[in-house]
Amino acid sequence: MNITLDINGKATTASIEPRLTLLDFLRDVAGLKGTHAGCEHGVCGACTVLLDGDAVRSCLVLAAQAEGSQITTIEAVDGADRQPGELSIIQDAFCEAHGLQCGYCTPGMVLAAKTLLQHTAAPSREDVREAISGNICRCTGYVQIVDAIMLAAERLQGRNQPADGA
Amino acid sequence: MKAAPFDYIRPDTLDDACACLASHPEARIIAGGQSLVPMLAMRLARPSLVIDIAHIDGLSAIRDDGDALVIGTMVRQAAALSDPLIATHLPLLAKALTHVGHPPTRSRGTVGGSLVHADPSAEIPLVAVALGASLRMRDSDGDIDFDAADFFIGPMLTLIPPTACLYEISFPKPKAAYVGTGFHEIAARRSDYALAAAGAHIEADAHGRVQDIRLAIGGVSDFPQRLPIDLPTDLVTDLATSKTSLAAAIDTALDTVDFVEDMHASASYRRRVVAELAGRAIGDALNEITADLA
Amino acid sequence: MSDKKYKFLSQPRRVVEDRRFVVGKGRYIADYDHADMAHVALLACHLPAATIDDIDTSAALAMPGVIDVVTGAELAAAIGPLMNGLDTPNVRRYPLAVGQVRYAGEWVCAVIAESRAVAEDAAEKIRLQTTALPFVLDSEQALQEDSPPVHPDHQSNVLLDKQFVWGPVDDDFAKADHQLSFSVIWGRNSTVPIETFGVVAEWNVWEQILDIRASVQMPKYADQIARALGLAGNQVRVHYDIDVGGSYGVKRGIKHAVLTGYLARKLHRPVRLIEDRLENMRAGDAHGPERKFDISVAFDQDGTVRSMKMRALDNAGAYAGRAPFQLGKPIGAIVGPYRIGSVAYQAISVTTNKAVQEAVRGFGQAPTNYAIETAIDRVAAYLQMDRLALRQHNLIRADEFPYLIPSGSTYDSGDYHQVIDKVLAAAEYPKLVARCAELRNSGMMAGIGIAACLEPSGGNSSFEPLLNENNQTTTWMESCQINIDALGTVIARIHTTSSGQGHETLVSTVIGEVLEIEPDSIRVTRPNSLESLPGNSPVGSRMAIMLGGAAARAAEKLKHKIITIAAHHLQCDAATLRYQGGTTYAADGRSFSWDDVVELAHRQIHGLPDGMDPGLASFDIMQVPTGGALPKDDKVQMYPCYSFEFHLVLVAFDPVIGKPEIHAYTIGHDCGTVINPAIVSGMTYGGIAHGIGAALLEEFAYDESGQLMTQSFLDYLMPSSHEVPDIQLVKHCTPSPHTVFGQKGSGESGYLGAPAAISSAINHAVSGMDIHFTSLPIRMSVISDAIANANRSDK
Repeated sequence: MNITLDINGKATTASIEPRLTLLDFLRDVAGLKGTHAGCEHGVCGACTVLLDGDAVRSCLVLAAQAEGSQITTIEAVDGADRQPGELSIIQDAFCEAHGLQCGYCTPGMVLAAKTLLQHTAAPSREDVREAISGNICRCTGYVQIVDAIMLAAERLQGRNQPADGA
Repeated sequence: MKAAPFDYIRPDTLDDACACLASHPEARIIAGGQSLVPMLAMRLARPSLVIDIAHIDGLSAIRDDGDALVIGTMVRQAAALSDPLIATHLPLLAKALTHVGHPPTRSRGTVGGSLVHADPSAEIPLVAVALGASLRMRDSDGDIDFDAADFFIGPMLTLIPPTACLYEISFPKPKAAYVGTGFHEIAARRSDYALAAAGAHIEADAHGRVQDIRLAIGGVSDFPQRLPIDLPTDLVTDLATSKTSLAAAIDTALDTVDFVEDMHASASYRRRVVAELAGRAIGDALNEITADLA
Repeated sequence: MSDKKYKFLSQPRRVVEDRRFVVGKGRYIADYDHADMAHVALLACHLPAATIDDIDTSAALAMPGVIDVVTGAELAAAIGPLMNGLDTPNVRRYPLAVGQVRYAGEWVCAVIAESRAVAEDAAEKIRLQTTALPFVLDSEQALQEDSPPVHPDHQSNVLLDKQFVWGPVDDDFAKADHQLSFSVIWGRNSTVPIETFGVVAEWNVWEQILDIRASVQMPKYADQIARALGLAGNQVRVHYDIDVGGSYGVKRGIKHAVLTGYLARKLHRPVRLIEDRLENMRAGDAHGPERKFDISVAFDQDGTVRSMKMRALDNAGAYAGRAPFQLGKPIGAIVGPYRIGSVAYQAISVTTNKAVQEAVRGFGQAPTNYAIETAIDRVAAYLQMDRLALRQHNLIRADEFPYLIPSGSTYDSGDYHQVIDKVLAAAEYPKLVARCAELRNSGMMAGIGIAACLEPSGGNSSFEPLLNENNQTTTWMESCQINIDALGTVIARIHTTSSGQGHETLVSTVIGEVLEIEPDSIRVTRPNSLESLPGNSPVGSRMAIMLGGAAARAAEKLKHKIITIAAHHLQCDAATLRYQGGTTYAADGRSFSWDDVVELAHRQIHGLPDGMDPGLASFDIMQVPTGGALPKDDKVQMYPCYSFEFHLVLVAFDPVIGKPEIHAYTIGHDCGTVINPAIVSGMTYGGIAHGIGAALLEEFAYDESGQLMTQSFLDYLMPSSHEVPDIQLVKHCTPSPHTVFGQKGSGESGYLGAPAAISSAINHAVSGMDIHFTSLPIRMSVISDAIANANRSDK
């Protein structure tokens, strides 16, 4: 079947098998490799993207189901108004706090953080843990990830910027 | 873990969806996909056709029918969690929803999908059973209603006819003056499928006498079930202080339950814990009513 | 504690690798696209043991898009068996089952197709005819002579059974006031990275090179692939610049690379195998140690632990893998941090019809530490002595280093007592004790867990000659190359993959420190294996020591050359010059800058000392410190440097629900001089998370019919952000005398002691009830049932 998906503001049309997941569409059809496959059964969260602004597991969405929705991947978190090579506030906070090691779960974590900080400007550490509870990390033990997101929250508030700039 | 091949269709109306089901015996409805897609990936489900009902008008509404709150099958769990009508009229469902999955699965997963998938540990089926919800489905011959109490017959097994599509669920609204609820579950990790869960819904009249008590348990056997218990008294304020006799009543009721044993928990564990959780759920419900009576 | 203040070392500094990961521009193997790539899916057989009578691939081959189907028989005829470190030639292993299936989930056929989905479709069409055989799952049963041998040609299930006696064990037991015995079980679990293993193999028939790109953490990877495929060493090119999405020991990838390498050469197309999660959990390099310990300790009334006997029985699974050696490495810290005078150690490894055990973080040290710490807790309980006091009495003292343990290793440095004091102060121990009492008074079960453990670091393979006399390997090296180019910028080359350890940051920090230049100005690259000097991968917690060491030594060589060139130009004795920040200064105030040196070295050979080579390049190939000797009398120096960790944890649970919640966690950590603080703390927290999983949640569990019950993340439960608490990290530094900056390893920190600490806490919580939890993971159900049974029998 032919489908057209709105990915990061751009329309991508392709002829696909209906069984193709959104995850595989993003990686293999749209060529966006930042979204990762960890388990392909919806537990680990490495495949997290935003669908109409909500964090979802792209391995649990058929590409065909996503037609008509707006999909945002890690590649677009930089923001259209940012210079190439410039990190978003959330991404920079992850670097500052070293809230990652191998980087495989990181795009999912960044998007989960972005979703949280869009709704909650001043989360507690417990709020942050709840927001990332669906993303498994095997490297960090989560402590420095929570540090990173708390730092990002602080900085977003200090900058007086809406979380869209995140 | 790529699914076996299937076709995909997006019908515009419920009747179109039913017509697809009727003409394709190997078809499956996809709602939120949070339960179906993993099964497709593991090739445990191999439909020839997947029917996407997400875009059918009228399936995502929540409406107040007077006596009942009617939830469309496509209502996303996240939407239900933040819905004021559900918060007001179905507090047990609101409490249970906080335990369902994680935020990313709640954005996609639906109330109806969880019911039809019928995982024995799932929270929404437990609440439907507790509250005596009515599941309305349609096939090409017309409408069929099922009582939640009868609907779940085994792990992932329900009475849904193979060519029927669930379209809405009717939850009776509380009738009495006061309502109290409690929901507790235990899992190995927070938000995992429950090893044991209990939901309690109690209604009391203006004098604090129990008019209705609904207790259901899940996660411990092949399907969620009502647990009818003999209350030692019908005065809420007395009940709230008679933990021992409540515990005894719960214990007796549990004799009828067939407890599951698996690598995560023994049957004896499930029995012991669900008894504790049932006590806590009833306790919460009684405390809410007591606070309102004061 | 070292007073030396470094400019870059130990200072907070961003990890350079993080930048590409936070924007989703990591270079993982699944991101590698090649036109013309063919995709592999594996067909598994789900019997625990069976002969393969027939494989009918015709229906699969007939499907459109299917390129080939390969069986074990075809592979065995074409390639040699995979290397086996023990002397067990009749335990043969190939990437696919040959003649016989030996565990449920074992790969029997490889299907190669135009897409992964089509390959999976075709795999379903293959008809396997098998005859079930008797099977054995339990390691004690596998030891029995009548147990069905997993490898009939080997005639038994015993891969290794070696008894070591170090010191006068029987004498010490006879003389001691008391002894006690107990058993504990470390359940089969592993570190399970979120990225599965993947490899792409390409055969360039014109240049006769096999290109391998893989998500791998494997020493001598190119060598082993070449050997198995019958290629010359310089016909295999492993690309080290693939980012690895977590490994923690497991991603050995030999069978995958040999399989895809074979296919690439047969089909003349690039071949890609990315394990899906089912392939990975059932039959990938996924499983870890499964070990039963029987322990006896001899001790005196004053708490002195005199001697220990340990029998470690390990369930290797269906092939040898690295399992047997994971019994050998802990010999290097067999007494833990304690002054135990003699040890008897029996290491037994058996085959069973389960998936193969691969190398896991710590290489057997975490299970061994769990056993040792349980023994210490038991002695304390027996003597009714405080567990901390008992440890403090037995711990090796700071003034006793270097300390030689009975099995032949010398511990380099440490101050265990001070680390403990610091932890007790930071955790406010009396308040912790009071909180524990409060929790108990409120009706909860609560306990404080304690674990004092060592992290041997600097990994060599001394355990190989120790367990197999025919293996005479004593060289375990690492290397680094540095070039200062004609523009004066620095490029360093490292010859290994990384899986999140921040090696680029480690190396640039070290080189920056030695050359006194900004580390961020140094670019670190990873050439492929044909362009590399020898290395042995980030295993055995070795890279801070070995890669840091080689980088430092290579940088020192460059610094020496720079000073020599400056001395020649300034016409001074090099000994009178001062090097600072890249510039060389004479005593009279003249100077020669970095750029001046570069100009001479690259462009003005007439200005260089006679006989000096042009350019500014150096390399260093470094042997592991203290290594290099074969074992003697069953003793050997294992790893060179010993890091120390002390865990203090408060755990509480409802006696009915039985779900342990961690209320407080403090860890004291001494890994010598820290190169990058955020990397080390991140490793430690991550290690503790792995440890929480091993202690409470994770297990590769088989049922009685030999089926793996935990094939997916629905049943193999890993800690989420709710299960790992905030952790208080207390640092200490006793530098190692063996390394350039005094650095020790920290790649396994946290994991080596957390399971022991959590088990200690839960057992402490129930200590009033005569309940002992002796098997990991300790599940809620087991806790609750044990308490209920104890209460019942009290009545």
